[in-house]
Amino acid sequence: MSAIQAREAMPMVDEPMRPQRSRTAARAIDLLVRSLVPVILALVAGGILLVILGRDPIQFYSDIWNGGVSQGSWQDSAMRMAPLLLIAVGLIFVFRANIWNLGYDGQFLLAAAVLSGFGPSLVTHTPLWLAMTILFLVAAAVGAAWTVIPAGLKAVYETNEIITTLMMSFIGVGVANILVKGPFQDPTVNIPQTKVLPINKMLPAIPSTRVHCGVLVAIAAALVAYYVLTRTAFGLRIQVLGANPRAARHVGVQVRKLIMSSFLVSGALIGAAAAADILGVWGYSRANWNPAYGDTVIPFVFLARLNPLAVIPFIAFYAVLSTGGDLAAQNANLPTDFLLVLVALILLFMTLIEFVGRRRELGQSYLPEGLREVFRKPFIRRRREVAPDTPEAA
Amino acid sequence: MSSIFHQTVLTALISGGIVAGVPLMLTAIGETISERAGVLNLGLEGMMLVGAYVGFIGAYYGHSSWLGFLLGAIGGMIACSFMIVLCVWLGLDQIVVGIAITLAGEGITSVLQGAQFGTSYPRLGAMAEVNIPLLHKIPVIGPAMFEQHLLVYLGVALVFVLVWVFHNTNVGLNLNAAGQKPEALDAAGVSVMATRSYAVLCTGALAGIGGAYLSIIGAGVFTPFMTQGQGYMAIVICMLARGRPAWVLVASFLFGICLSITTALQLAGINISTDLVNMLPFIAIMVALVLFGRRSYLPPALAIPYVRGAR
Repeated sequence: MSAIQAREAMPMVDEPMRPQRSRTAARAIDLLVRSLVPVILALVAGGILLVILGRDPIQFYSDIWNGGVSQGSWQDSAMRMAPLLLIAVGLIFVFRANIWNLGYDGQFLLAAAVLSGFGPSLVTHTPLWLAMTILFLVAAAVGAAWTVIPAGLKAVYETNEIITTLMMSFIGVGVANILVKGPFQDPTVNIPQTKVLPINKMLPAIPSTRVHCGVLVAIAAALVAYYVLTRTAFGLRIQVLGANPRAARHVGVQVRKLIMSSFLVSGALIGAAAAADILGVWGYSRANWNPAYGDTVIPFVFLARLNPLAVIPFIAFYAVLSTGGDLAAQNANLPTDFLLVLVALILLFMTLIEFVGRRRELGQSYLPEGLREVFRKPFIRRRREVAPDTPEAA
Repeated sequence: MSSIFHQTVLTALISGGIVAGVPLMLTAIGETISERAGVLNLGLEGMMLVGAYVGFIGAYYGHSSWLGFLLGAIGGMIACSFMIVLCVWLGLDQIVVGIAITLAGEGITSVLQGAQFGTSYPRLGAMAEVNIPLLHKIPVIGPAMFEQHLLVYLGVALVFVLVWVFHNTNVGLNLNAAGQKPEALDAAGVSVMATRSYAVLCTGALAGIGGAYLSIIGAGVFTPFMTQGQGYMAIVICMLARGRPAWVLVASFLFGICLSITTALQLAGINISTDLVNMLPFIAIMVALVLFGRRSYLPPALAIPYVRGAR
């Protein structure tokens, strides 16, 4: 059995409902605090970092607000949300099974390249709704296809899927570049990019906004995923597999099939994310284009405790952060990669808070055994020395 | 097509393979140490980038490649100290923390580079190479293999030192035990935490030096995201080599040649898509995994935090 499988993952299942309402409420508040505190700490730490770099953090964060929420820019954030949310839901499917699909970049870019290669000619020959449906399905199929080899290796040989998905990701990015520079390149321009979808042939906008309806697809996907993962036998099987693969085998779960299917669903959703982004926002693919959505989505997937509903507000928050962050970083004369630092800080604080919370729940000390002794030793000695002098204190 | 086998092309191929392979080798050796001790280090990419940046700064202002390597090692160690505290001591999820370190490394180096140099990328001068007497006069191999920076030879020597350490010393035994059965190591009276901490610290230092080599010798310039997945490649090399340093050496140089084959082919007058060539190593690995998948091996306690007394 792979060592990764046996590793204790973050507690990922919603606790069963307790009879007392007060305890449920306390639990909810606890979860909320645990989810929000890392974000706040990361923003504060990021602010301190900005001060060190000689930038004004208040200006930076208010720029994020201006560029991501106010004056109609919330619509840009909403559009950014569509691919992020689809990727997040795709990752939740596999992470719940304790499978690490880290090949999201390859799956996303390959799907994007294929669909922007076929898209322009398809939309001119078929009705828009049919073309959009076909392109979504094509993208999903490409994303799913790119997970077949890692999934098969994992299912049959228990090969570490972290390695295989990463490898396939690099290959996928390369193939996407070759496709965009080769067969799919628009011959009329010099830069390597595909033909651009005509603006009236893209995903239609929700009435009275600029937001394309890919966002609705993403939210629908999250709702369906929530239902499937928490209310169906398939979701339960995934949960059992994630908790303990050996136990899953014992209760009759067909582990190989389950690994394959959860990988395929994950890849399909990540492919669909590419469809939402290309068909809704960009309209074409460029060579060497990599928005790297997946890396930044991971912290929020964990903050939401692998719950497809809870992930929606977190993704919305990050969509605002990244949309407004572009403007803020530009104004502060910093590379936009500063946002990566913020995301990494959120991840680090999240694991720390999680640790503290788990220890508090179990009533354990916050320090590991070896370290605790180191800290305790001087105090123990002092107490012994002090004790005989002050008998009344005891 | 006899031009492929022209002398200068072969020399460029081998020497390019060495220049591209050394960072991989150093990093993969580091990962080997920490994987043997049971810590999966997915933050290598970030540690390499931190090492590359800090090392470049050291070499740029200190005008010495050795100062650069030293600072690179320290930078890598600082980056991996997060891993030590969070994963080894507190037992947090190694994959999540590894991804966080990679993201933080990518972000912070890019931001610092941007804040310090703006959009200009200052270059370093060529660093001194060591010509090994007599040997460097051998026709093809000589200029390629025996006219390299001293660090290359030290790195190769380190591989053999490590083979010796793993097979013949108590330290090597402890490292293996920490990855195979940490309970046994604990029962034998050796601290699992300390063993793993030292192992991860070595990883950080080696990844930092690898990154510094990349920026100081390999490119002569620091650009954001310059590792381009080499940290992940190092993890793969380590897993393919199944924790044996000598195989890491071989695999890294094969990878290095794959990475540098584009330049050599251009010298030979053949234009082939860089994307295709860059994919070659990964395709090779996938083929290897599909063919030999059954035999891939990892230490049993890899990525499992050790808690004393836990079942």
